[in-house]
Amino acid sequence: MFHIPPLSDLFHMALLDPKGPIGADEKSLILLATGLMLLVVVPVIVLTLVFAWRYRAGQKGAFAATYMPEWSHSGRIEAVIWGVPCLIIAALAVVTWRSSHSLDPFRPLTLGNVKPVEVEVVSLDWKWLFIYPELKLASVNELVVPTNTPVEFRLTSASVMNSFFIPQLGSQIYTMTGMVTKLGLIASQPGVYRGISANYSGDGFSGMHFETHAVAPADFQAWVTKVRAHGGTLDGAAYYGLTQPSEDVPVSTYARVSPHVFAAALALCKSAQACQQEAEHGPMGGMHMAMNQTSSTAMPGMTMPAAAKQEH
Amino acid sequence: MMGKLTLSAIPYNIPIVMGAVAGMIIAAVTVLGLVTYFRLWGYLWKNWLTSVDHKKIGVMYIILALVMLLRGFADALMMRSQQALASNGGAGYLPPEHFDQVFTAHGVIMIFFMAMPFIVGLMNFVVPLQLGARDVAFPYINNMAFWLTVVGALLINISLAIGNFARTGWLAYPPLSELHYSPGVGVDYYLWALQIAGVGTLMGGVNFITTILKMRAPGMTMMKMPIFCWTALCANILIVASFPILTATLGMLALDRYLGMHFFTNSGGGNPMMYINLIWTWGHPEVYILILPCFGVFSEVIATFSRKPLFGYKSMVYATACITVLAFVVWLHHFFTMGSGANVNAFFGIATMVIAIPTGAKIFNWLFTMFRGQVEFSVPVLWTIGFMVTFTIGGMTGVLMAVPPADFVLHNSLFLIAHFHNVIIGGVVFGCMAGMNYWFPKAFGFKLDERLGKASFWCWIVGFYIAFMPLYALGMMGMTRRMDRVDNPVWHVYLIVAAGGALIIAAGIGLQILQIVYSIWKRVELRDLTGDPWNARTLEWATSSPPADYNFARTPDGSSIDAYWEAKRKGTAHPNPAASYRPIHMPSNTGTGIIVSGFAMAMGFALVWHIWWLAVASFAAIPVLIINHSFNENRSFYVPGDVVARTEAAASR
Ligand code: HEM
Ligand SMILES: [Cu+2]
Repeated sequence: MFHIPPLSDLFHMALLDPKGPIGADEKSLILLATGLMLLVVVPVIVLTLVFAWRYRAGQKGAFAATYMPEWSHSGRIEAVIWGVPCLIIAALAVVTWRSSHSLDPFRPLTLGNVKPVEVEVVSLDWKWLFIYPELKLASVNELVVPTNTPVEFRLTSASVMNSFFIPQLGSQIYTMTGMVTKLGLIASQPGVYRGISANYSGDGFSGMHFETHAVAPADFQAWVTKVRAHGGTLDGAAYYGLTQPSEDVPVSTYARVSPHVFAAALALCKSAQACQQEAEHGPMGGMHMAMNQTSSTAMPGMTMPAAAKQEH
Repeated sequence: MMGKLTLSAIPYNIPIVMGAVAGMIIAAVTVLGLVTYFRLWGYLWKNWLTSVDHKKIGVMYIILALVMLLRGFADALMMRSQQALASNGGAGYLPPEHFDQVFTAHGVIMIFFMAMPFIVGLMNFVVPLQLGARDVAFPYINNMAFWLTVVGALLINISLAIGNFARTGWLAYPPLSELHYSPGVGVDYYLWALQIAGVGTLMGGVNFITTILKMRAPGMTMMKMPIFCWTALCANILIVASFPILTATLGMLALDRYLGMHFFTNSGGGNPMMYINLIWTWGHPEVYILILPCFGVFSEVIATFSRKPLFGYKSMVYATACITVLAFVVWLHHFFTMGSGANVNAFFGIATMVIAIPTGAKIFNWLFTMFRGQVEFSVPVLWTIGFMVTFTIGGMTGVLMAVPPADFVLHNSLFLIAHFHNVIIGGVVFGCMAGMNYWFPKAFGFKLDERLGKASFWCWIVGFYIAFMPLYALGMMGMTRRMDRVDNPVWHVYLIVAAGGALIIAAGIGLQILQIVYSIWKRVELRDLTGDPWNARTLEWATSSPPADYNFARTPDGSSIDAYWEAKRKGTAHPNPAASYRPIHMPSNTGTGIIVSGFAMAMGFALVWHIWWLAVASFAAIPVLIINHSFNENRSFYVPGDVVARTEAAASR
């Protein structure tokens, strides 16, 4: 049963082996921040051990003679021990401010004049639904993206909160009912990358993962053709079927997708009929439901940038 | 008549649970049987359960914490073994609906019923003694606060045998914790256990703030107060400011679940993110409630055993105050990944890092306390040095996750689990152990055995690193938290190592228990007659060990930072015991706290199971009892001067 995997695997850290620019930036950020902090952390640890040992009680050496039983203050030392952490944190603060903006998941990505691919993501109990609105096709538990192309995700949840995360590509983002979050990712190398939910969502959570296939643009077209040939329709009724809890769900694809499935998911349609209606014609009464959701989530004074940003 | 409660609520068919329940029942029956056999009920009731003596209440809190440490750690071992078994294609032995209860219970028990009671217990025992006071400001409230905490712990443990516990994670995020997704009684147990215990915590907070502000010995200005009292003051300010938020938040969740309201539901205008904001405006201060008093413990320990005053007392006080304020403006760092804008994320990220500055200053202050001192490697010092090294690492990984884009890949991963155990074990648990070893002789008049204490320390620290360093790696490999199974031969190796580490910690806990038992057995050899076994500096050491009920026969003088050290230097530490004493005014014991808590327990249980008549009846009984107690005229008594004289003479023999 138990065997030790090859060393190269044993020390393979997904986050230190990013396959796209977002992940790469985050990796350098982690290394930079860690490096900055080690400047003070290493001396602290070394000094702790050195001081404890040098000034131990009962020794005879030279350090015994330096005992200063009343000494408890030194302006100069205090300036240093407040000053050095201040400097390090100041440097980190600059890094934080800049990177929070440059790596904001909501920021649209550009890569030359490559046209981005749009993907709508819905987290369900307990599987992932990916809708390609421009291509009008969809898949469950399998994400296929062309390499070197910005992928723009719009995400929501038709159940509890989940977090959409492909470690080797970078940033994760939560999926939440009635709200849309956004995330941009780019895969720069072909490969298969594991995707997960990074937020516990109930019994089937551990089985809620998917494979991300990053493929060359030509292969992406081939995949699209294959999915179309394979058939299957994701209409509202089929979507409603997907909202029913199921675990360890195998991959499936759909050649056709009704126009408003994502909107129906966002409006939390509650029956096969309602989902069917909303998926075909948009959430009932025009924007009524969706407006309700947005206005209830964008109450003043609340941290609700996800929703606030969504429509502005 | 019995609401939702039927016999089918008892999980007969799950052997692991029934085993645990049987174990719990056997333990309880044994204890109760022994108490009955040795006819100790009267003694226990009169001297302990109804006691308003802060020292006894402190000891009872710590006993509760140690028992809950065993329960929480049993959960940890189950998770560690499940993940070790179920990471290479196997299914392990815990199905998800069970595993999910285990991590929830582990988190809740460790935070609310292990760490909190330990800290509150230490504060209870130490603060009035350090202030030179006779007791806390409101001794009867203190007793009631303790019993309400016990009720919370009991409710959670009852959920094991009757019904089940929440499967939501320790903060019960909605919508998962709403009725729609968690229809059973699990979340209700969670809610009422925390609500009832939370009331106790809040009462304790008010009590300690009043005690510290009003009952200091003459001469003890705020800037002369022992540093532990400062950290206790700040922690209790945080309690009073943040626990009402928890109560309100859980109250709203309860309204959603019980009355069909829509504060945090998916539909009907509810907003789950509101809960997440609210729970963390309590949750982040909570971690400082736990760690600040531990900083206080380390400060006392390091000064005493370096034979020097604490370096930079003033900057220590300012650092503590800074942390107290900043604790309230960082909560959003727990959900950078929920789509806040870049400005918001950056603000909260930087605010979080700023806390590292006063914290760093504190670490340096402890360092320079050792500098040119005579450091004695006693057990409390080992815990302190272990803390300084371990906490620094945990602090570093914490600041790393405060950089929002770094958190975008580290959030909710095992890296996070490693980080917070790194600070909470390295900081809070080590602090509690240091404090227990340090003040034990004051509480009982004999020391804890050194060798076993050191052995326990080494097992804990080695076990900690083996159990949690692999989790940093697993987090970097993309493993997320709360997984009951995963299929990955590489992670499997790390998870087995981590399980091995947990076993070494188990040895540490075993040795800790052995240390206590062995020291009680050898108490004559370990006896300390001086009241000051460590040659310490603050006022708690100025009285006998264990102190008389009234703590100090004469109010001590607190007019310098290390007041007792100063008194020893001047030779005024032990005034003539044969002199005459004034009568001492003391509070009487009362059973009201424990009886009220009994009704609170019935109320909580009834609410969980929808036994409405019982809920209403016990809820109504509580104010009646409290009002009744307020008419009690026998609330205090005087210890006559000659009794004091005799007690003091006996203690100084
Ligand atoms: C003594 C050794 C301990 C071990 C071996 C241990 C182990 C674990 C494990 C395996 C998890 C679950 C990780 C996951 O989600 O994959 C966990 C979660 C947690 N632990 Fe511990 N733990 C220990 C001590 C503590 C202590 C002392 C505290 C707090 C005072 C604590 C607080 C928590 C919390 C709050 C969680 C999160 C629970 C949740 O996911 O809702 N642990 N611990
Ligand atoms: Cu926090």
